[in-house]
Parts: sequence; structure tokens; C-alpha cells
Amino acid sequence: MPQMFRRGRFWIQLGVVVALMAFGGLLINNITVNLIRTGLGLDFGWLWRPAGFALAETALPYAPTDSYAWALVIGWMNSLKVILVGLLLATMLGVAAGAARSSRNGLLRSLSGGYVALIRQVPLLLQLLFWYFVAFLGLPDTPVGGLIHVSNQGIRLLGLNLSVEFCSVLTGLVVFTGASIAEIVRGGINAVSRGQWEAFRSLGLSEGLGLRRIVLPQALPAILPALTSQYLNLAKNSTLAIAVGFADLYAVSDTTITQTGRAIEGFLLLLLSFLLLNLLISGGMALMNRAVLGRLQRSR
Amino acid sequence: MSRPISCRLIGAVGGLIGLLSGCATLGDGTGSRLDLVQERGELFCGVSGKIPGFSFLSPDGRYAGLDVDLCKAMAAAFVGDSSKVQYRPLTAPERFTALRSGEIDLLSRNTTHTLSRDAAGGNGLSFAPTVFHDGQGLMVSVGSGVRSMADLSGKAICVGSGTTTEQNLNDAFAAQGLPYTPIKYQDLNQVVGGYLQGRCAAMTSDRSQLASARSGFKDPQQHVILADRLSKEPLAPAVVGGDQRMADATNWVVYALIEAEERGITQANLDDVLEQAVADPSQAALRRFLGVDGGLGAKLGLPDDFVVQVIRATGNYGEIYNRHLGPGSAVTIPRGPNRLGGEGGLMIAPPFT
Repeated sequence: MPQMFRRGRFWIQLGVVVALMAFGGLLINNITVNLIRTGLGLDFGWLWRPAGFALAETALPYAPTDSYAWALVIGWMNSLKVILVGLLLATMLGVAAGAARSSRNGLLRSLSGGYVALIRQVPLLLQLLFWYFVAFLGLPDTPVGGLIHVSNQGIRLLGLNLSVEFCSVLTGLVVFTGASIAEIVRGGINAVSRGQWEAFRSLGLSEGLGLRRIVLPQALPAILPALTSQYLNLAKNSTLAIAVGFADLYAVSDTTITQTGRAIEGFLLLLLSFLLLNLLISGGMALMNRAVLGRLQRSR
Repeated sequence: MSRPISCRLIGAVGGLIGLLSGCATLGDGTGSRLDLVQERGELFCGVSGKIPGFSFLSPDGRYAGLDVDLCKAMAAAFVGDSSKVQYRPLTAPERFTALRSGEIDLLSRNTTHTLSRDAAGGNGLSFAPTVFHDGQGLMVSVGSGVRSMADLSGKAICVGSGTTTEQNLNDAFAAQGLPYTPIKYQDLNQVVGGYLQGRCAAMTSDRSQLASARSGFKDPQQHVILADRLSKEPLAPAVVGGDQRMADATNWVVYALIEAEERGITQANLDDVLEQAVADPSQAALRRFLGVDGGLGAKLGLPDDFVVQVIRATGNYGEIYNRHLGPGSAVTIPRGPNRLGGEGGLMIAPPFT
């Protein structure tokens, strides 16, 4: 009986493998057929030709006479900028909102609950369009205080120039991802037994201190794996930036593909860039996860 | 050019179907598409249906615009009745397949005449003469004080992706050594949104599209399209390539519209002019043009008086232009290069001899 069962499983697995290989073969065949049909082989020579389009935001010097490759690098750096700052701010917002859900303060609890409920029901693209066209482009052109100058052309903060496009994408991603992180943090906190709360309260620790030193460290192992998914989502969602005019990697690739007609090569590069980025994020999170688990084991 | 892989697949399948049905059409005999239209007594015309001034639903539920009037002029010439047209609204990706597969006889959908679309190794179409010389332009608000491209130096310009718009913009500004900041969106609606919200000093697109977009603004008079032209986009009707009779008939209907304007023949004075031509044998050229003698129509496989039918149905080219794009219309585009050759424009007709 176990023998037969095992044999049955073998055939199922073989079937799955064959189906997967057939699917992969079909994809490769399609690409080959299409390349032959259009008379194009895979060719990356265009990467070194002048791009011929300008970019609104450049972290490093860039001119339209520079190569497509350099334009893509600039786009990648713009993506990276919004993703890294976004990860940081979304984590802070998410942890604060998640912790507020467990607060003894009723107002904080319902504010945080309302935020999560509202943001999670509205599609991200719609939120980005709202932040851009309604919130940021609606800004009056007036200096707010001496150090900050706010207008619908951009925000100048202590000599740091932020475009409204960057601000909109960043706000949209942070607010949207923050709501998901808040739920993950709340779940993690709930997973810590009530006894821990009662213990630190009976020791006379304040709510904030107890949360930071007693509850959150124990909640981390439950939070981190789900947090990784949210980080990856934020990175991938950043491609929606094109809707609000931010020159991220996707927007630059889009123009590049239009001008060169090299759709397959362009998408391959785009795929590879995001794969690389997301592998970095999940790799970093895996390291952090291991460190947290190790520390927890040592402390037991 | 820039389609993702999935679209290319769909394109490949669509192309195959188009090819197969194209074969089927050719199998019907060696006859021209023109015979088919005349037999059917009706013209199937592909339009956009979404571009005010060119083809757009009017309040009475009919299509109206410059592209639509060309369908009417063709129907008047081919079957003698401008109302015998079936309009097929088509999207940009659908249009060439619809023509090749025989779903439509004529494509009149602000299509730019380019080498790849014309060539047998490309889309294999046959283009009629240009009916609207379009080109990429810049729109600014009247209050901005911007009068020419040079005034936009260092300013932000809203631009859409998906065509060569960005490259044309850069080429034009680079040629004059002007710096600028492109704010790039994915489609025209967002470009309009960014421009109206004041993010950019100007927005750029084809001038016809700018004028169409402006007709939907709350205060259209507050926006002006600059005279600077960043690219050339000759828009022309098209038929399937390799069908000389259909192509010739289409070409000469367009020429007839232009020639009629040159001769000052309008819908209003047509009957008087015709009467004169019939009465006065010394007006040889006019008599040939209006089909009183010379038998020019027969050479094209059309009635000899096809020019009369066309003018009666739609008026001359200038009348069509003014009706839909002239100063009194909702979508106002200065005639510019679309004036007659004799008046500094590009619209000319070869001799009707």
C-alpha cells in the first residue's frame, strides 16, 4: 500500500515536471519564433547608442547625448531612491500604526484602525493619482516657513530639492504599504502571550518601554517573514510611478523600448534589474531573520 | 514597435488571420475592391470615432469630422450617394488588420503616412494624398506669456509616452540648445491633467490632438498652440496595396476636393458653375473637371460626373476643413500647411487632363 502510494506520487511529480518543461519550452519557442518573424536576433548593441531623451530627475549627471545604458542606470537609481526611502518610512509608519492598534488609548486605536481600513480598500494606482493630481499639484506656490519652500513644482527642504512626482510616489507607497505592515505588526504583537504584558506592567515598566523592550523583540520572529513580502511588494509597486510622471526604471525602459523597438531585450533587462533588487531585499531580510532567531535562542 | 511580448503574439495571430482572409478576398476573382463597393452599393469606412474634429459622435448620434467627410466624399464618387457609408470605429492597433482582412474598404482614421506602412514589406498599404498635415506642437496657457519655443527654456513640459513624441521634443529643443525638464506620463489624459494643474508650462502632442484636447477644456480660449512644429505627421486615407483601380479612385477623389477649392467651386455655387460649363464650350478645363466631356471618370472606373457628386455631398477641401477645424468650429486649428499650394500651403492637385 505505501509502495503503491509512493509510485502514484512519483507519476504525479513526473507529470508536473513534464508540464512545467513543456510550458517553459513553449515560452522559449514563442520568443524564438517572434524574433525570427521580426527578423531580429537578441542584440544589446543599442545600449551604447545615444538615448536622445531628457530625464526630469537625475541622481548623477545625465544628458540626452548619453547612452541608453546610462539612462537606464539613472532610472534604476531613481527607483532605488524611492524604494529605499519608502522601505524606511513605511516601516516606521507601519510599526507605529500597528503598535497603536494594541494601545490602551481608544483614540489611537480607532485612528489606526480607520487608517488601515481605508487604505487597504482603495487600489494603489488610485491613491497615487490622488496624491499627485489632488494633493501635491493642488499645493499653492508659497514658502511655508523659512526652511521649507512648498509649491506644486516641488518641495525644497533645507537645500534638498524634492520633485512633486517623487513626493507623490513616496507618499503613496509609504501610506499604502504602511497599512499592510501595521496589520502584520499587530498580528505579531497579538502572538506574544498576554502574560508578557502583565509581567512588565507588574514590574512597573511604562507601556512604551515595555512595548519596545519586552513585546516587540518577541513579536519579531512572527513579523519578519511577512514583512519581507511587503518590502518586495513596495519595490514592485514602485513601477506604478509612471502614472504620476516619475522617471523610474520602468518609465525609462518604456521610452527606451518605444524608441529602439527592442521590446524583448528591454523587458529582459527590466526583469533582471527587479530580480536583482528583490533578491537583495529578501537576502537582507533573511540575514536579519537569522540574527533575530539566533538572539532569541541565546536569550532563552 | 514597443509592444510587449503578449501583444506581439496577438499581433502575430491577428496578422495570420488577416493574411488568410486576405487570400480569401483575392480568391474572389481578380476584380478590384472598387467593383465590390459598387456592387454592394455601400462603402465600409474605418474611422476612430474618438477624435473631435476628425471623427466624433455629434449630438444627433452621427459621426462627424474631417475623416468622416472623406468617407462621404468617397461614397458619393463610388456609389453616387454620400449617405451609403457604414462606419467602423477602430482602435489604432486594429486598423491595419481591419483593412487587410477586408472588413473595411477604406481607412480614414488620422493615420500618418510612413515608409513602413506603405511598403509591401511593411503593412502593405496604399496611401491617398495627405488630407491633413499634422505635426507635433506645444500648447501653453495665454496667461503664461510664452509666445514661442524659446520662451520655454528651462521650463517643465508635460509629455506622453508610447510614441516618438519624447524624441521629437528632445530633438527640437536640443537643435536650438534649449534646456527643459520633461514630465512624462503614460497617456494623454494624464498629460492634460498635469498641464491643467500647472505642473508644466507647456504640453506637447500632435497638434490635432492638442486642439481636440483643448476643445474639452473648461476655458479653451485661455490656451494657445504655438506656431513651432516639432515633427511632420502627414495624415492620409489608405486602402489595401496592390489594387491600382481602388487606389487611383481614392487618390483622385482627394485631388478633386483640392482642385475644387483652387477653382473656387463650392457646394453653394456648384449648380451655377456646372450650368456655365455646359453652356460654354470654351471652358475646356472646367468641362473636363466636372465631367461635361473628356471622360476622365470612366478612366478611373467612376461615373464621369464623380467630381460633381463629391462637391455636392461635402463641398471642397476648404469647406470640409472649415466645417470641422475652422475658426467657428469646436476644434479650431489654424490652416497653416493645410492651405492651398498657391497660398503658401502644401495642398496641391495634379492636372485633371
